[in-house]
Amino acid sequence: MHSAHSGMRSVHVLALLAVALVAVAIAFMTIGANGRWGFVLPFRGTKLASLLLVGCAVATATVLFQTVSGNRILTPAIMGFDELYRLIQTGLVVGIGTGGFGDPRLRFLAETGAMVLFALLLYRWLLARNAGGLHRLLLVGVIGGVLFRSLSQFLQRMLDPNQFVVLQTSFFANFNAVRPDLLALAALLVLAAGLATWRLLPRLDVLLLGRDAAIALGVDHRRTLTQALVLVALLVSVSTALVGPVTFLGLLVAHLAYRMIPTYRHAVVLPAAALVAAITLVGGQLVLERVFSLNAALSIVIEFLGGLTLLVLLARRPR
Amino acid sequence: MIETQDLTRRYGDTVVVDGVSLRLPERAFVSVIGANGAGKSSLLSMVSRLLPMSAGRAFVDGLDVATTPGDVLARRLGILRQDNGVAARVTIRDLVAFGRYPHSKGRLNAADRGHIADALAFLDLEPLADRFLDEVSGGQRQRAYIAMVLAQDTDCILLDEPLNNLDMRHAAAMMGLLRRAVDERGRTIVAVLHDINFASCYSDRIVAMRDGKVVAIGPPEEIVTPEVLRAVYGIDVEVVVVKGYRTVFFYR
Repeated sequence: MHSAHSGMRSVHVLALLAVALVAVAIAFMTIGANGRWGFVLPFRGTKLASLLLVGCAVATATVLFQTVSGNRILTPAIMGFDELYRLIQTGLVVGIGTGGFGDPRLRFLAETGAMVLFALLLYRWLLARNAGGLHRLLLVGVIGGVLFRSLSQFLQRMLDPNQFVVLQTSFFANFNAVRPDLLALAALLVLAAGLATWRLLPRLDVLLLGRDAAIALGVDHRRTLTQALVLVALLVSVSTALVGPVTFLGLLVAHLAYRMIPTYRHAVVLPAAALVAAITLVGGQLVLERVFSLNAALSIVIEFLGGLTLLVLLARRPR
Repeated sequence: MIETQDLTRRYGDTVVVDGVSLRLPERAFVSVIGANGAGKSSLLSMVSRLLPMSAGRAFVDGLDVATTPGDVLARRLGILRQDNGVAARVTIRDLVAFGRYPHSKGRLNAADRGHIADALAFLDLEPLADRFLDEVSGGQRQRAYIAMVLAQDTDCILLDEPLNNLDMRHAAAMMGLLRRAVDERGRTIVAVLHDINFASCYSDRIVAMRDGKVVAIGPPEEIVTPEVLRAVYGIDVEVVVVKGYRTVFFYR
């Protein structure tokens, strides 16, 4: 009875979120459109598509990461995932140069591949041991993030100024300068990651019980952890490449989703988090563009709110 | 049936389980006793594939624990560790439903629901079934975890200190339940116990460990004696027979 009831409520919440997203999207596409539609629709459509993609990617990456790491304070951003991605970007520019790959999509795939590899080596080792508990993990993540940033800054000093400028433009979260050349590829990757996540769903639910219980119930913990981390690295790469680092958003939307959804099941939590993220991004961009006439400040608002959320969560955490 | 051959666990130079070879009886309640650090939990963890073994082998129903796929083993062996934390809010019914995962892979059918209802009833959890795990007492939570392991419907169940955090009343009730699971349902239960008197009153067989080795194994009449207990714990105790059960006085 209870499960049927919570199932109904989950469906209601998801439906409500979907309606809200459609409303926000329509408002985003139409409000203040006083130019020719032939220009406005593709222009805003690209932006909308990238906001939706980034929302899906960030929300899924965060929920996945929180499930495999077994706590709900860590996010890929706090653990230095996007700093690692930027370090790899910088490293590739130093090693090969800005024009080395020619096609930006090829370059993006190379960066993503390197990211998946490094993230796997680093974080699987860290999470599989997880001996020191949450605080050590958090500390390692923060220090790792700083280390990666310092390393990329060090490498940037050695670049010639032209290369540096090219690199720098990709470093700030910017929803106004989306890379249309990457959009289709990014959509493909997010879709693939989504399908892979779908197949992981029952195992992800079991992982909520912790490593030992998951193994006891026959889940190959190491394998599932590896698969989930590959997906996290992929999704972080996509969102960082598209708009720059906004993964702090994940903390915010994951917790909103946990609050709204009356079940632990990932089949419901993941879509809810993705919807909340998309609504937040599209709605936030709409408000910033139309109400405040500020451009490019969305990431600041998100980081501010995300930071506050983290502080509240840390302060409220029992023990 | 559970069998180990020369099972060993080392951390660097420290040997915590030292070449343990055991063959445990089926349809029995087996207690593992020993001082802190005697290697009890490590032994259980290796048999339950939670801890890689440094040397030796372990078998459950003749299946080699190190090479058998996890999901095959999960239909034969249920495990419960000491500290369990769930990273999400789940109800007791949800938790017990997780016990069906090895059979259902997340899609519950009528038979699964039957096992869940049965486990809830067996542990007297029906009135609490829809409460969240973080809203019930420690004893109730412990019972919910036991219900999950029972719903898994395995012949063998390994429990690491199932009486942890339980008061006298709940500890006795828990041991009664486990005993019934053996007597009425033919399960084999192996439990690490710290309370020697519970081990003595409820076990068919007691495995006594010290310094990573099994120093004695047998029914309570053979193990619960001043001589064996001195060898196991290194203290002098008095054994008194109360109502036909051998009990140990060691408090002063």
